[in-house]
Amino acid sequence: MKCRTCRNPAIIDLPRHNANFCAEHLQQLCRRQVEKAIHDHRMFEPTDHLLVAVSGGKDSLAVWDILHELGYRTTGLYIALGIGEYSHESQTFAEDFAARRGLPLVIESLRDDHGFDVPTAARATGRVPCSACGMSKRHIFDRVARDGGYDAVVTGHNLDDEAAVLFGNALRWDVEYLARQLPLLPARGGFPRKAKPLVRLTERETAAWCIVRGIDYIVDECPMAAGNKHLAYKQALNLIEEESPGAKASYYLGFLERMAPLLSGLSAQQADELASCARCGSPTGAETATDGSTVCAFCRLSEKARGHEPVPVEMLMSKSARRAAAKEARG
Amino acid sequence: MRVLLRNPRREITIDGRRRVHALLNELGLSREAHLVIRNGELVPGDGELNDDDEIEIRPVISGG
Repeated sequence: MKCRTCRNPAIIDLPRHNANFCAEHLQQLCRRQVEKAIHDHRMFEPTDHLLVAVSGGKDSLAVWDILHELGYRTTGLYIALGIGEYSHESQTFAEDFAARRGLPLVIESLRDDHGFDVPTAARATGRVPCSACGMSKRHIFDRVARDGGYDAVVTGHNLDDEAAVLFGNALRWDVEYLARQLPLLPARGGFPRKAKPLVRLTERETAAWCIVRGIDYIVDECPMAAGNKHLAYKQALNLIEEESPGAKASYYLGFLERMAPLLSGLSAQQADELASCARCGSPTGAETATDGSTVCAFCRLSEKARGHEPVPVEMLMSKSARRAAAKEARG
Repeated sequence: MRVLLRNPRREITIDGRRRVHALLNELGLSREAHLVIRNGELVPGDGELNDDDEIEIRPVISGG
Protein backbone atom coordinates (compact mmCIF):
# COMPACT_ATOMS: atom_id res chain seq x y z
CA MET A 1 0.00 0.00 0.00
CA LYS A 2 1.34 3.39 -0.94
CA CYS A 3 0.37 6.87 0.17
CA ARG A 4 -1.93 8.52 -2.37
CA THR A 5 -0.03 11.78 -2.10
CA CYS A 6 3.68 10.88 -1.95
CA ARG A 7 3.80 7.15 -2.90
CA ASN A 8 5.76 6.32 0.27
CA PRO A 9 4.56 3.32 2.32
CA ALA A 10 1.10 3.95 3.78
CA ILE A 11 0.23 3.48 7.43
CA ILE A 12 -3.54 3.59 7.04
CA ASP A 13 -6.18 2.71 4.47
CA LEU A 14 -9.26 4.95 4.36
CA PRO A 15 -11.86 3.23 2.19
CA ARG A 16 -14.20 6.25 2.25
CA HIS A 17 -11.52 8.23 0.43
CA ASN A 18 -10.61 5.19 -1.68
CA ALA A 19 -7.02 5.96 -0.66
CA ASN A 20 -4.13 5.15 1.66
CA PHE A 21 -1.94 7.65 3.48
CA CYS A 22 1.45 7.90 5.16
CA ALA A 23 1.65 9.58 8.59
CA GLU A 24 2.50 12.99 7.14
CA HIS A 25 -0.34 13.04 4.63
CA LEU A 26 -2.84 11.57 7.06
CA GLN A 27 -2.15 14.63 9.21
CA GLN A 28 -2.52 16.89 6.19
CA LEU A 29 -5.89 15.30 5.41
CA CYS A 30 -7.10 15.74 9.01
CA ARG A 31 -5.96 19.37 9.17
CA ARG A 32 -7.66 20.18 5.88
CA GLN A 33 -10.93 18.55 6.94
CA VAL A 34 -10.92 20.58 10.15
CA GLU A 35 -10.10 23.80 8.28
CA LYS A 36 -12.92 23.08 5.84
CA ALA A 37 -15.41 22.53 8.67
CA ILE A 38 -14.30 25.77 10.36
CA HIS A 39 -14.54 27.67 7.08
CA ASP A 40 -17.80 26.19 5.74
CA HIS A 41 -19.67 26.69 8.99
CA ARG A 42 -17.97 29.99 9.89
CA MET A 43 -17.01 28.61 13.29
CA PHE A 44 -14.33 31.05 14.49
CA GLU A 45 -12.38 34.18 13.78
CA PRO A 46 -8.56 33.93 14.01
CA THR A 47 -8.53 36.08 17.16
CA ASP A 48 -11.20 34.11 19.04
CA HIS A 49 -10.34 32.59 22.42
CA LEU A 50 -11.67 29.03 22.37
CA LEU A 51 -12.67 26.91 25.36
CA VAL A 52 -11.97 23.29 24.37
CA ALA A 53 -13.94 20.70 26.34
CA VAL A 54 -11.47 17.87 26.99
CA SER A 55 -12.28 14.45 28.38
CA GLY A 56 -8.86 12.80 28.04
CA GLY A 57 -10.21 10.78 25.10
CA LYS A 58 -8.92 10.77 21.53
CA ASP A 59 -11.39 13.20 19.99
CA SER A 60 -11.09 16.07 22.44
CA LEU A 61 -7.30 15.82 22.58
CA ALA A 62 -7.14 15.62 18.77
CA VAL A 63 -9.30 18.71 18.29
CA TRP A 64 -7.29 20.63 20.89
CA ASP A 65 -4.04 19.58 19.20
CA ILE A 66 -5.25 20.54 15.70
CA LEU A 67 -6.66 23.91 16.76
CA HIS A 68 -3.47 24.72 18.64
CA GLU A 69 -1.43 23.70 15.60
CA LEU A 70 -3.60 25.88 13.36
CA GLY A 71 -2.71 28.83 15.57
CA TYR A 72 -5.91 29.33 17.57
CA ARG A 73 -5.79 30.61 21.14
CA THR A 74 -7.17 27.75 23.23
CA THR A 75 -7.83 26.86 26.85
CA GLY A 76 -8.91 23.36 27.88
CA LEU A 77 -11.73 22.57 30.28
CA TYR A 78 -11.74 19.20 32.03
CA ILE A 79 -14.70 18.18 34.19
CA ALA A 80 -14.06 15.53 36.85
CA LEU A 81 -17.27 13.51 36.70
CA GLY A 82 -16.56 11.16 39.61
CA ILE A 83 -16.74 7.96 37.56
CA GLY A 84 -14.21 6.10 39.72
CA GLU A 85 -10.82 5.12 38.32
CA TYR A 86 -11.97 6.00 34.79
CA SER A 87 -12.22 9.66 35.76
CA HIS A 88 -8.84 9.67 37.53
CA GLU A 89 -7.12 8.19 34.49
CA SER A 90 -8.79 10.44 31.97
CA GLN A 91 -7.88 13.53 34.02
CA THR A 92 -4.24 12.44 33.97
CA PHE A 93 -4.29 12.19 30.15
CA ALA A 94 -5.83 15.67 29.84
CA GLU A 95 -3.31 17.16 32.31
CA ASP A 96 -0.33 15.47 30.63
CA PHE A 97 -1.37 16.73 27.19
CA ALA A 98 -1.82 20.28 28.46
CA ALA A 99 1.53 20.20 30.28
CA ARG A 100 3.42 18.86 27.23
CA ARG A 101 1.97 21.55 24.96
CA GLY A 102 2.20 24.25 27.63
CA LEU A 103 -1.51 24.97 27.26
CA PRO A 104 -3.82 26.24 30.02
CA LEU A 105 -6.30 23.73 31.44
CA VAL A 106 -9.24 24.63 33.70
CA ILE A 107 -10.43 21.78 35.93
CA GLU A 108 -13.86 21.67 37.47
CA SER A 109 -15.04 18.84 39.73
CA LEU A 110 -18.68 17.80 39.99
CA ARG A 111 -18.08 16.35 43.47
CA ASP A 112 -15.91 19.17 44.87
CA ASP A 113 -17.62 22.11 43.18
CA HIS A 114 -21.22 20.90 43.02
CA GLY A 115 -21.50 18.23 45.74
CA PHE A 116 -22.35 15.18 43.61
CA ASP A 117 -20.99 12.91 40.88
CA VAL A 118 -22.45 11.21 37.81
CA PRO A 119 -23.28 7.82 39.39
CA THR A 120 -25.04 9.54 42.29
CA ALA A 121 -26.93 11.91 40.00
CA ALA A 122 -28.08 9.01 37.85
CA ARG A 123 -29.33 7.04 40.84
CA ALA A 124 -30.92 10.05 42.59
CA THR A 125 -32.85 11.19 39.52
CA GLY A 126 -33.55 7.86 37.82
CA ARG A 127 -31.83 9.13 34.67
CA VAL A 128 -29.49 6.93 32.65
CA PRO A 129 -25.89 7.90 33.55
CA CYS A 130 -25.10 9.26 30.05
CA SER A 131 -28.05 11.63 30.30
CA ALA A 132 -27.04 13.00 33.74
CA CYS A 133 -23.44 13.25 32.56
CA GLY A 134 -24.23 15.04 29.29
CA MET A 135 -26.52 17.55 30.94
CA SER A 136 -23.99 18.34 33.69
CA LYS A 137 -21.18 18.79 31.19
CA ARG A 138 -23.20 21.09 28.91
CA HIS A 139 -24.21 23.26 31.86
CA ILE A 140 -20.62 23.61 33.08
CA PHE A 141 -19.23 24.26 29.57
CA ASP A 142 -21.75 27.07 29.14
CA ARG A 143 -21.10 28.64 32.54
CA VAL A 144 -17.30 28.50 32.34
CA ALA A 145 -17.45 29.97 28.81
CA ARG A 146 -19.76 32.75 29.96
CA ASP A 147 -17.81 33.58 33.13
CA GLY A 148 -14.44 33.41 31.37
CA GLY A 149 -15.49 35.49 28.39
CA TYR A 150 -14.55 32.82 25.84
CA ASP A 151 -15.76 33.31 22.28
CA ALA A 152 -16.85 29.70 21.76
CA VAL A 153 -17.01 26.26 23.32
CA VAL A 154 -15.36 23.58 21.18
CA THR A 155 -16.19 19.91 21.53
CA GLY A 156 -14.60 16.85 19.92
CA HIS A 157 -17.75 15.42 18.34
CA ASN A 158 -16.71 13.56 15.21
CA LEU A 159 -18.51 12.30 12.11
CA ASP A 160 -19.42 8.99 13.77
CA ASP A 161 -20.87 10.79 16.80
CA GLU A 162 -22.97 13.08 14.66
CA ALA A 163 -24.12 10.33 12.28
CA ALA A 164 -25.14 8.17 15.27
CA VAL A 165 -27.09 11.01 16.90
CA LEU A 166 -28.73 11.80 13.56
CA PHE A 167 -29.66 8.14 13.18
CA GLY A 168 -31.25 8.10 16.66
CA ASN A 169 -33.12 11.36 16.09
CA ALA A 170 -34.35 10.17 12.70
CA LEU A 171 -35.51 6.84 14.15
CA ARG A 172 -37.77 8.86 16.46
CA TRP A 173 -38.35 11.69 13.95
CA ASP A 174 -37.48 14.06 16.74
CA VAL A 175 -37.60 17.24 14.66
CA GLU A 176 -36.64 19.56 17.53
CA TYR A 177 -33.36 17.72 18.06
CA LEU A 178 -32.83 17.35 14.32
CA ALA A 179 -33.18 21.13 13.92
CA ARG A 180 -30.41 21.72 16.48
CA GLN A 181 -27.99 19.07 15.23
CA LEU A 182 -25.58 21.47 13.57
CA PRO A 183 -21.76 21.76 13.68
CA LEU A 184 -22.12 25.37 14.80
CA LEU A 185 -24.71 26.71 17.21
CA PRO A 186 -24.51 30.50 17.37
CA ALA A 187 -24.50 32.25 20.75
CA ARG A 188 -28.08 32.97 21.83
CA GLY A 189 -29.83 34.21 24.95
CA GLY A 190 -26.79 33.73 27.23
CA PHE A 191 -25.66 30.43 25.71
CA PRO A 192 -22.16 30.60 24.20
CA ARG A 193 -21.37 29.73 20.59
CA LYS A 194 -20.68 25.99 20.24
CA ALA A 195 -18.59 24.41 17.52
CA LYS A 196 -17.68 20.88 16.45
CA PRO A 197 -14.66 21.15 14.15
CA LEU A 198 -14.20 17.35 13.83
CA VAL A 199 -17.52 16.66 12.09
CA ARG A 200 -15.75 15.82 8.83
CA LEU A 201 -13.44 13.22 10.47
CA THR A 202 -14.38 9.69 11.50
CA GLU A 203 -13.28 8.42 14.88
CA ARG A 204 -10.91 5.98 13.18
CA GLU A 205 -9.22 9.06 11.71
CA THR A 206 -9.11 10.99 15.00
CA ALA A 207 -7.66 7.92 16.77
CA ALA A 208 -5.07 7.60 13.99
CA TRP A 209 -4.23 11.31 14.40
CA CYS A 210 -3.47 10.73 18.09
CA ILE A 211 -1.34 7.67 17.39
CA VAL A 212 0.81 9.32 14.71
CA ARG A 213 1.16 12.45 16.86
CA GLY A 214 2.18 10.42 19.93
CA ILE A 215 -0.80 11.62 21.97
CA ASP A 216 -1.68 9.28 24.84
CA TYR A 217 -5.39 9.14 25.55
CA ILE A 218 -7.80 7.01 27.52
CA VAL A 219 -8.60 3.99 25.35
CA ASP A 220 -10.87 2.25 27.83
CA GLU A 221 -14.56 2.88 27.39
CA CYS A 222 -16.45 4.73 30.10
CA PRO A 223 -17.89 2.02 32.39
CA MET A 224 -21.21 3.89 32.43
CA ALA A 225 -21.54 3.89 28.63
CA ALA A 226 -21.54 0.12 28.09
CA GLY A 227 -24.67 -0.95 26.28
CA ASN A 228 -25.93 2.55 25.49
CA LYS A 229 -27.94 3.17 22.33
CA HIS A 230 -25.36 5.54 20.88
CA LEU A 231 -22.85 2.68 20.68
CA ALA A 232 -25.43 0.41 19.05
CA TYR A 233 -26.18 3.06 16.41
CA LYS A 234 -22.48 3.45 15.68
CA GLN A 235 -22.08 -0.29 15.23
CA ALA A 236 -25.08 -0.37 12.88
CA LEU A 237 -23.68 2.50 10.81
CA ASN A 238 -20.25 0.84 10.65
CA LEU A 239 -21.85 -2.30 9.21
CA ILE A 240 -23.31 -0.14 6.44
CA GLU A 241 -20.02 1.74 6.01
CA GLU A 242 -18.09 -1.50 5.45
CA GLU A 243 -20.49 -2.46 2.66
CA SER A 244 -20.68 1.04 1.25
CA PRO A 245 -17.62 3.18 2.10
CA GLY A 246 -18.51 6.84 2.51
CA ALA A 247 -22.07 6.09 3.65
CA LYS A 248 -21.67 7.80 7.04
CA ALA A 249 -20.24 10.98 5.51
CA SER A 250 -22.91 11.01 2.83
CA TYR A 251 -25.65 10.50 5.43
CA TYR A 252 -24.53 13.23 7.85
CA LEU A 253 -23.01 15.78 5.49
CA GLY A 254 -26.00 15.31 3.14
CA PHE A 255 -28.29 16.07 6.09
CA LEU A 256 -26.39 19.30 6.75
CA GLU A 257 -26.55 20.33 3.12
CA ARG A 258 -30.07 19.37 2.14
CA MET A 259 -32.21 18.68 5.22
CA ALA A 260 -30.99 21.07 7.94
CA PRO A 261 -31.90 24.19 5.90
CA LEU A 262 -35.51 22.98 5.80
CA LEU A 263 -35.56 22.80 9.61
CA SER A 264 -33.90 26.17 10.26
CA GLY A 265 -37.21 27.92 11.01
CA LEU A 266 -37.86 25.48 13.83
CA SER A 267 -34.39 26.06 15.23
CA ALA A 268 -34.94 29.84 15.30
CA GLN A 269 -38.30 29.39 17.03
CA GLN A 270 -36.63 27.40 19.86
CA ALA A 271 -34.17 30.25 20.39
CA ASP A 272 -37.03 32.55 21.32
CA GLU A 273 -38.26 30.31 24.13
CA LEU A 274 -35.65 30.89 26.88
CA ALA A 275 -36.01 32.06 30.49
CA SER A 276 -33.48 32.68 33.27
CA CYS A 277 -32.94 30.01 35.97
CA ALA A 278 -34.09 31.27 39.37
CA ARG A 279 -31.21 29.42 41.12
CA CYS A 280 -28.12 29.95 38.96
CA GLY A 281 -29.19 32.60 36.47
CA SER A 282 -28.33 30.45 33.46
CA PRO A 283 -30.56 30.62 30.41
CA THR A 284 -32.96 27.70 30.26
CA GLY A 285 -35.72 26.31 28.12
CA ALA A 286 -37.38 24.74 31.21
CA GLU A 287 -41.06 25.40 31.78
CA THR A 288 -42.08 28.01 34.35
CA ALA A 289 -43.60 26.52 37.53
CA THR A 290 -46.99 27.60 38.90
CA ASP A 291 -45.25 29.94 41.38
CA GLY A 292 -43.77 31.82 38.45
CA SER A 293 -40.17 30.61 38.94
CA THR A 294 -38.11 28.72 36.38
CA VAL A 295 -35.37 26.32 37.47
CA CYS A 296 -32.96 24.87 34.92
CA ALA A 297 -32.55 21.12 34.49
CA PHE A 298 -29.02 21.15 35.97
CA CYS A 299 -30.13 22.87 39.19
CA ARG A 300 -33.04 20.44 39.56
CA LEU A 301 -30.67 17.49 39.05
CA SER A 302 -28.08 19.01 41.35
CA GLU A 303 -30.61 19.56 44.18
CA LYS A 304 -31.72 15.94 44.07
CA ALA A 305 -28.21 14.51 43.73
CA ARG A 306 -26.63 16.59 46.53
CA GLY A 307 -29.07 15.16 49.05
CA HIS A 308 -28.35 11.57 48.02
CA GLU A 309 -25.76 9.30 49.58
CA PRO A 310 -22.78 8.86 47.20
CA VAL A 311 -23.30 5.90 44.85
CA PRO A 312 -20.25 3.84 43.79
CA VAL A 313 -19.73 3.40 40.03
CA GLU A 314 -20.06 -0.39 40.22
CA MET A 315 -23.68 -0.14 41.35
CA LEU A 316 -24.66 1.40 38.02
CA MET A 317 -22.64 -0.78 35.70
CA SER A 318 -24.47 -3.41 33.68
CA LYS A 319 -23.89 -7.05 34.67
CA SER A 320 -21.77 -7.65 31.57
CA ALA A 321 -19.68 -4.52 32.28
CA ARG A 322 -19.15 -5.64 35.90
CA ARG A 323 -18.08 -9.10 34.72
CA ALA A 324 -15.67 -7.59 32.20
CA ALA A 325 -14.19 -5.24 34.81
CA ALA A 326 -13.72 -8.11 37.28
CA LYS A 327 -12.06 -10.21 34.57
CA GLU A 328 -9.73 -7.36 33.67
CA ALA A 329 -8.84 -6.80 37.35
CA ARG A 330 -7.92 -10.48 37.62
CA GLY A 331 -5.65 -10.08 34.58
CA MET B 1 1.87 -13.44 17.47
CA ARG B 2 0.73 -11.84 20.71
CA VAL B 3 -2.37 -9.71 20.31
CA LEU B 4 -3.54 -7.18 22.89
CA LEU B 5 -7.28 -6.51 22.77
CA ARG B 6 -9.03 -3.71 24.66
CA ASN B 7 -12.39 -3.10 26.32
CA PRO B 8 -11.88 -5.32 28.22
CA ARG B 9 -8.10 -5.55 28.14
CA ARG B 10 -6.92 -9.09 27.36
CA GLU B 11 -4.19 -10.85 25.43
CA ILE B 12 -4.46 -13.73 22.97
CA THR B 13 -1.93 -15.66 20.88
CA ILE B 14 -2.46 -16.30 17.17
CA ASP B 15 -0.28 -18.72 15.22
CA GLY B 16 0.93 -17.98 11.71
CA ARG B 17 1.41 -14.91 9.51
CA ARG B 18 -1.65 -12.87 8.58
CA ARG B 19 -2.56 -9.64 6.86
CA VAL B 20 -4.27 -7.09 9.13
CA HIS B 21 -7.64 -7.40 7.37
CA ALA B 22 -7.54 -11.20 7.61
CA LEU B 23 -6.81 -11.03 11.35
CA LEU B 24 -9.68 -8.60 11.99
CA ASN B 25 -12.07 -10.77 9.96
CA GLU B 26 -10.95 -13.86 11.84
CA LEU B 27 -11.63 -12.17 15.18
CA GLY B 28 -14.96 -10.79 13.96
CA LEU B 29 -13.83 -7.18 14.43
CA SER B 30 -15.03 -4.31 12.25
CA ARG B 31 -12.31 -2.70 10.11
CA GLU B 32 -14.12 0.58 10.49
CA ALA B 33 -13.97 0.42 14.27
CA HIS B 34 -10.38 -0.72 14.90
CA LEU B 35 -6.77 0.20 14.26
CA VAL B 36 -3.81 -2.16 14.45
CA ILE B 37 -0.63 -0.92 16.11
CA ARG B 38 2.83 -2.56 16.04
CA ASN B 39 5.72 -0.99 17.98
CA GLY B 40 3.75 2.22 18.37
CA GLU B 41 3.04 2.52 14.63
CA LEU B 42 -0.11 1.93 12.62
CA VAL B 43 -0.23 -1.03 10.26
CA PRO B 44 -2.53 -0.69 7.20
CA GLY B 45 -5.10 -3.29 6.11
CA ASP B 46 -2.80 -5.16 3.75
CA GLY B 47 0.14 -5.01 6.20
CA GLU B 48 1.68 -8.39 6.95
CA LEU B 49 1.83 -9.47 10.58
CA ASN B 50 4.53 -11.98 11.55
CA ASP B 51 4.54 -14.78 14.05
CA ASP B 52 6.88 -12.97 16.43
CA ASP B 53 4.99 -9.64 16.33
CA GLU B 54 3.38 -8.08 19.37
CA ILE B 55 0.42 -6.03 18.26
CA GLU B 56 -2.45 -4.10 19.74
CA ILE B 57 -5.90 -4.04 18.17
CA ARG B 58 -7.31 -0.74 19.36
CA PRO B 59 -11.05 -0.07 19.20
CA VAL B 60 -11.88 3.47 18.14
CA ILE B 61 -15.58 3.63 18.97
CA SER B 62 -16.46 5.68 22.02
CA GLY B 63 -19.87 5.87 23.56
CA GLY B 64 -19.92 9.35 25.09
